[in-house]
Amino acid sequence: MSVLKTLDALRPGEKARVVEVRMEPSMLQTLEDLGIFAGAMTEVYYEGPLGRDPMAVFVRGSLIAIRRADAKHIHVTTEEFQLS
Amino acid sequence: MSEPSLVVLVGNPNCGKTALFNALTGSRQKVANYAGVTVERKEGVHISPDGVRIHVVDLPGIYSLSPKSPDEMISREAVLGASKELGGVDAIVAVVDATHLERMLGIVLELKALNRPMILALNMMDLARQRGLDLDLELLEKELGCPVVPTVAPQGEGIGPLVHAIRALAQMPRKETSAPLATTAKSRFQEVDAIIRRVTRKSGSPEEATRKIDRVLLHPVGGLAILGAVLTLVFQAVFAWASPFQDAIENLFKAIGDKVTHLLSAGPFQDLLVNGVIAGVGSVLVFLPQILILFFFILIMEDTGYLARAAFLLDRLMGKVGLSGRSVIPLLSSYACAIPGIMATRTIAHRDERMVTLLVAPLTTCSARLPVYTLLISAFIPNLAVWGGLHLQGLVLLGLYLLGVVSPLVMAWIFRTWLFRTRTALMVLELPTYKLPLFKDLILGMWNRAKIFTRRAGTVILTLSIALWFLTSYPGHTILESYAGILGKWLEPLLSPLGFDWRIAVGLIPGMAAREVMVSALGTIYAVEGVGDAAQAQLGKVISSQWGLPTALSLLVWFVFAPQCLSTLAVIRRETQTYRWPAFVFGYMLLLAYGASWITYHVAVAWGV
Repeated sequence: MSVLKTLDALRPGEKARVVEVRMEPSMLQTLEDLGIFAGAMTEVYYEGPLGRDPMAVFVRGSLIAIRRADAKHIHVTTEEFQLS
Repeated sequence: MSEPSLVVLVGNPNCGKTALFNALTGSRQKVANYAGVTVERKEGVHISPDGVRIHVVDLPGIYSLSPKSPDEMISREAVLGASKELGGVDAIVAVVDATHLERMLGIVLELKALNRPMILALNMMDLARQRGLDLDLELLEKELGCPVVPTVAPQGEGIGPLVHAIRALAQMPRKETSAPLATTAKSRFQEVDAIIRRVTRKSGSPEEATRKIDRVLLHPVGGLAILGAVLTLVFQAVFAWASPFQDAIENLFKAIGDKVTHLLSAGPFQDLLVNGVIAGVGSVLVFLPQILILFFFILIMEDTGYLARAAFLLDRLMGKVGLSGRSVIPLLSSYACAIPGIMATRTIAHRDERMVTLLVAPLTTCSARLPVYTLLISAFIPNLAVWGGLHLQGLVLLGLYLLGVVSPLVMAWIFRTWLFRTRTALMVLELPTYKLPLFKDLILGMWNRAKIFTRRAGTVILTLSIALWFLTSYPGHTILESYAGILGKWLEPLLSPLGFDWRIAVGLIPGMAAREVMVSALGTIYAVEGVGDAAQAQLGKVISSQWGLPTALSLLVWFVFAPQCLSTLAVIRRETQTYRWPAFVFGYMLLLAYGASWITYHVAVAWGV
C-alpha cells in the first residue's frame, strides 16, 4: 500500500518520491527545469520562520525553496521509505 | 587564420560563471549602464599572451533554453546567435559547477543540440576533487561532443587551456545552427544521469558544510535574529566606517580648490571653477565610500549565497504584501541605489510582481538620501548616548531607514490589491551551497560600482552643479535676486505648509535631478565657502540657527518619500517602455512626501519640539 501525500504535508527530514505535479504547463516547466517531476526524489530540509513557509526541499543535488501553497500541487509517495 | 572575437559564458545560476568571467577578463571589463547583480550584460576583453583580443560576455544564468523572464530571454537569443545587440557569437562556453553536475548538465545538453561551437568549462574542479570526485574527462568529451576543460576560476587554473580550446574551435568550419530541442527537462535529466553514470569513476562525497551552516542561518528564530543583526551591522558600517575615507576625500577637494584659487585671478571663472565645479563634484564624491561599503556587503551576501537565504527567510513577509522572495534582492539592492534595483527586477518572471517591485523600489532608502540625512541629523539631533553604545543620531537614522522599509511594503500591498491583482506565480528559488567570497570578485564588483557612480558624479551632477552655480549667481548679486531665489520665492507658498522656506525650495530644485546635490545646493545658498569638514560643520551651524526642528524633521521625511531623482524615473521609463509609469511614480511619491511632511511638521509644531 502506498502512502500518497502532497509535498507540503512533509516535515523536515522526510523523504518522498514525486508522483505527479498538477499545475499549469508554464509552472510545470519551471519545476521540471529544477528537477522536480514525476519520479524525482525529494527531501524536506528546512521550513521558513513565519508560518513554516516557504519550505526548502533538497532535489537533484541542490536546495530549492518553494512555497507551501505551491508544494500542495506536488503529489508524492513516501511508501518505500517508511517501510525501510 | 580566423581568431574568435566574441565568446559568451552560459550556465545555471550559481555555477561560478562570474568568477570565471573575472578570471578571463581581469579588470578589462565593463558593466553596461547600471547593472544589477547578474542581470545586465557584462562584457570584457581577454588578451592572450600572444596579444589576441577576445571579447567575453557573461550572460544571465539560465536553467533551460525556454526562458521565463526577460533576462533569460537575453541569454537564449545570444546562444541562438539571434541577439541584435551582441551579433555573431563565435563560441559558447557552457559553465558548470563540477560539484553539481546532475543539475547543471541539463542546459549543456540543450546547448549541445544547437550544433554551435561549444566548450564545457568544468568549474570548481578543486572542490570536486577534494570531495573525491573522479571523472573520465575523455569519455565526457565524447558523450557531449565538445572539448571539456576543468577550471578553478579563483586560481586562474584552466584559463590557458580554455582559451586555447576557444581558439582551436574558431579554426573549425561552421555548421548550421539547429533549432532548440523539443525534449522535456525530465528526459534531459534522465540522459544527464546516464552520462554521469558512464563517466564517473568515483563519486564525490556530499557537501556537508552547507547543511551545518543552514541549520543555524535558516533556524526559525536564530536565523531571523542573525539576519536582523547582519542588516543592522551593514547600516552601522555604512555610517561609521566611511567617515575616515570621507574626510580624506573632503580634504583632497579642499586642497584642489585652494590650489585653483591661488592659480587663477579672482573673477567669475575662478568662482565657477572653485565653487561650482570643484565644490559641487567634491560634495558628491564624498559619498563614494558609503556606496562602496554598502555594495561590499551586498556583494559578500550575494557571493556567499546568503542573499538567497535572506530571500527565503523574508519570503512569507513579502508574500503578505503580494510579493515574493524574488523581490528581496532587487529591493535590497535599491538600498544602495534604486537604479540597479529596478534593473534587477528583470529577474522576476511574474509581470505584476515585477511591476509592483519596480514601482516601490524608489521608496527604499537609497544611498543618495544619506548625505541629506547625515547633514540634517548632525545639525539638529543631539548626539546623546542612549543605550548600549547607541547614539540618538544613529537611532534617528535607523528610524528613517525603517520608514524606508515599511513604506515600500505598504505601497506594494496597496498596488497589489488595487492595481496589479493577478495572483502570485509559483515561487521557486535556489539556495546555493555556501562559498567563500573571492577578494578579487569583490574588488571588481566594487570597482564597477565606483565607475558607475563617479561617471554619474562627473556628468549629470557636474552639469547640475554648474547650472545651479549659474542660477544662484545671476542675474543679481545676492541669492535673493538670482534666478534660483526667484524660483524659490515662487514655490514658497506651496511649500510653506511643510515648514520649508524659499531657501529649502531652491535646494529642492537641483535635488530633483539627484538628491545628493541638495547638500551642495544648500552650501551654495548659504554661501558656505569651500568644502571639507569645516564647511560641512559650518553649514550645519548655519542651518540649525535658521531652521526650527520641525522644519528639519519635515525635510527629513520629505526625503524619505519625494521623487527626487530623475535618473530613477528615466530607468523606469526604459524598463516599462512607457511614460505612464514614471509619471505615476512621480505623482504618487510627491503626494506621499507632501502628506507625510505636512503631518510631521504640524505634529512637531503642536508638540512644541
